[in-house]
Amino acid sequence: MSASAVAARRGGRDTTPDSRAFATRPYDLVKELVVALVVVGVLVAGLAAALSSPDRPALSLQSWSKAAPADVVATATAELAGTSTSAGYGPPYNSASEGAKLGPLPLQRWAGVRIPVDSAQDLVLAPLSTVTGDPTLRDALAAWSSAPEATRLGWATTYGEALAAAPDGDPAKVAAGSYGPVPLLAERFLRLAGTGGLEGLLVTQASFYGTDATKPLLLLADGAYIEDRARADHLGGDQWGMMNETGNYPGQPWMWLYTFWYQVPPFSTSGNADALVLALMALLTAVFVCVPFVPGLRSIPARLGIYRLIWREHVG
Amino acid sequence: MSAGTTEPSGSWTVRLRERIVGIVPSGEWLPDRQPVYVRSWIYVFGVATLAALAYVIASGVILVIGGSAWWHTNSLGHFVNSTHLWSVELFFMFMVVHLWGMFVMAAWRGKRGLTWVTGAVAFLGSIGTAFTGYLSQSNFDSQWISTQAKDGLNSMGIGAVFNVLNTGQMLLWHVMLLPLVLGVIVVVHVVLVRRHGVVPPIGAVAPAEQAGTPSLQVAPQRTPMVADEPVSLGRRP
Repeated sequence: MSASAVAARRGGRDTTPDSRAFATRPYDLVKELVVALVVVGVLVAGLAAALSSPDRPALSLQSWSKAAPADVVATATAELAGTSTSAGYGPPYNSASEGAKLGPLPLQRWAGVRIPVDSAQDLVLAPLSTVTGDPTLRDALAAWSSAPEATRLGWATTYGEALAAAPDGDPAKVAAGSYGPVPLLAERFLRLAGTGGLEGLLVTQASFYGTDATKPLLLLADGAYIEDRARADHLGGDQWGMMNETGNYPGQPWMWLYTFWYQVPPFSTSGNADALVLALMALLTAVFVCVPFVPGLRSIPARLGIYRLIWREHVG
Repeated sequence: MSAGTTEPSGSWTVRLRERIVGIVPSGEWLPDRQPVYVRSWIYVFGVATLAALAYVIASGVILVIGGSAWWHTNSLGHFVNSTHLWSVELFFMFMVVHLWGMFVMAAWRGKRGLTWVTGAVAFLGSIGTAFTGYLSQSNFDSQWISTQAKDGLNSMGIGAVFNVLNTGQMLLWHVMLLPLVLGVIVVVHVVLVRRHGVVPPIGAVAPAEQAGTPSLQVAPQRTPMVADEPVSLGRRP
């Protein structure tokens, strides 16, 4: 083994000579690029023509209301009770919890509430308040807003528990109880979703030109329907979901390492997996970028010896 | 200034011109010869990556012309989207092979540390750009991926600025901001490759250092070792 190879193995001084000191041979870079463009172009066109690309239509809140009406009612009730995922999320949506922590560092809390979302008000009550010609709903909204907060939360929480106990979560089969206006609000919310107008009400609350789907997506994610659909398409978190896509398509295989950590302990069993996985990937990314400057790591290629296959005619 | 007048030595223009001209040695922008050790299929994957990137950009530009929802309703648009998808898949496949090739060749040697860094950052930037593409599809994949990804990003405080649920923000990052940044990094990477040339084999010494030897040689094994020194970022002397 040469001195420079030994130096490379031990992380010693870089003795690599100037590439221009070596003998040369003809090499047509432009021809190589043109051939590559032609070959890759044929591959791209062939794959696109033969395999196409996935385009499963987005779930609409209307399709959700038709496919899983009980889930819509349960989700609306959870928003009112403050028990939905978004209602208790913490930053950047609200201050209901501190959010994830990286060791002692509350990074999520430090980022602050930059995208404020009041789940009960923004996702349920505000859309319902736009409905006209329904005096019963108007009275229910008035009863809700005039009641003390503890009473409102009591109504919604009790109704949510009753829904969970009902057969198939069917609102029609809920036991009688003191739920205040919550059953009517949830039923009208289901009806509003069924009209197909709910997405628009959620997206355009701030602007005529709605391009921010944060609120309808938070609402959708608070329900169980989207996850049921995703799991049926092998997209669940424990199914390497982030790197897959619908149908038999490759998805994002370059994200395999990020997704991998979610499949193995301690990350797969941790309630703080998101912060742990992100931090680990940030560390690994830094190491990857800095490979040339890390003693030991930078000498791995010389130790592996795979370079001999590439330069078999030029190394001893 | 009249013809033939010497530029003032303090001219910023002259300094900038000399700086730009000196980035890559004369004749190295498009050389018609390469060192004799450049003789392997592994070298093809760098160019193949650039070729795939060209198709990614071209198909993306056509999708931009059609608008964000065009490909959902138009068969030509769907085909263009398919070429966008598959050119991205090939782009990553070629890039990963290129990356592993450069790793096993320790291609950062000989003041090529910054070449590795820019390549690694381009790889990471490509992942981010592709990710925002998946978020911008406005279909079920976008809904699911965005609602899942928000938790990881929010856990680190990133989601407060980079809101994956904001379709408009993700689309702009995908078609404008990230491609612009990535394009600059790729250009810098290619310029650095041309500036420093293709890295010689591990253990090779230049023929000039081997008196009377006509081609690549390997130095004796008992050459004294020297202290560990960090790899240079590649500034030419």
